[in-house]
Amino acid sequence: MMIRVSVQPQDFDPGAELAALERLGGGGIASFTGIVRADGGLTALHLDHYPAMTTAQLERVAAEAAARWPLMGLTVIHRFGTLAVGERIVFVGTVSKSRVPALEACAFLIDWLKVAAPFWKREMHGDGSGDWVEAQTSDDERAARWQ
Amino acid sequence: MTGEFTILYFAWVRDRIGTGEERIAHPGAECTVGDLLDRLAAGSAGHAEAFADRGRLRAALDQDYVALSAPIGAARELAIFPPVTGG
Repeated sequence: MMIRVSVQPQDFDPGAELAALERLGGGGIASFTGIVRADGGLTALHLDHYPAMTTAQLERVAAEAAARWPLMGLTVIHRFGTLAVGERIVFVGTVSKSRVPALEACAFLIDWLKVAAPFWKREMHGDGSGDWVEAQTSDDERAARWQ
Repeated sequence: MTGEFTILYFAWVRDRIGTGEERIAHPGAECTVGDLLDRLAAGSAGHAEAFADRGRLRAALDQDYVALSAPIGAARELAIFPPVTGG
């Protein structure tokens, strides 16, 4: 079982990440890539995080996915810092023998990291102002469905 | 408990307090996170404003999520922040 968790400022290559999962000998790979949307005049997102806690929380969520589904590997990458519209924020990839564990574990990972990983988004506008994003109760509800 | 105790703030909590980190004497094992917030709010307008709506605050002791009613115990680091918004 391969678990790769990375919290990093730099971009990542989803193609290279998927190719690495393909080499693990599974029959099905699922992935999710999150991108900065151009909502309401937003020019960039700034992602703050709690460095001493972030990786440990992501590893905890990854270990939970590995315990619940028969995976051969999983990858979680989350960026921090200032990200322009169109840039990648987050990547989750899973590989299993068949599609169902891969798809379910991928959805579980993205739903749970949204409520468990200590990141905070600030929407930055062209005039230099910024607004902290409010947490959505719908995200808590989605994560709770997996309990 | 003796020694130093570190408090970290993130996102708008940090903005309102005006710093991301402060060090105080350890408040004692019996003191809860909420008790410590009360004490800090009593001593500073910025802290009082940041901690006014406790329902919007989350906490971690030594990098583990806890309720505001949790006693600080032997922990050395407290973090106070809004509900997380990653992903």
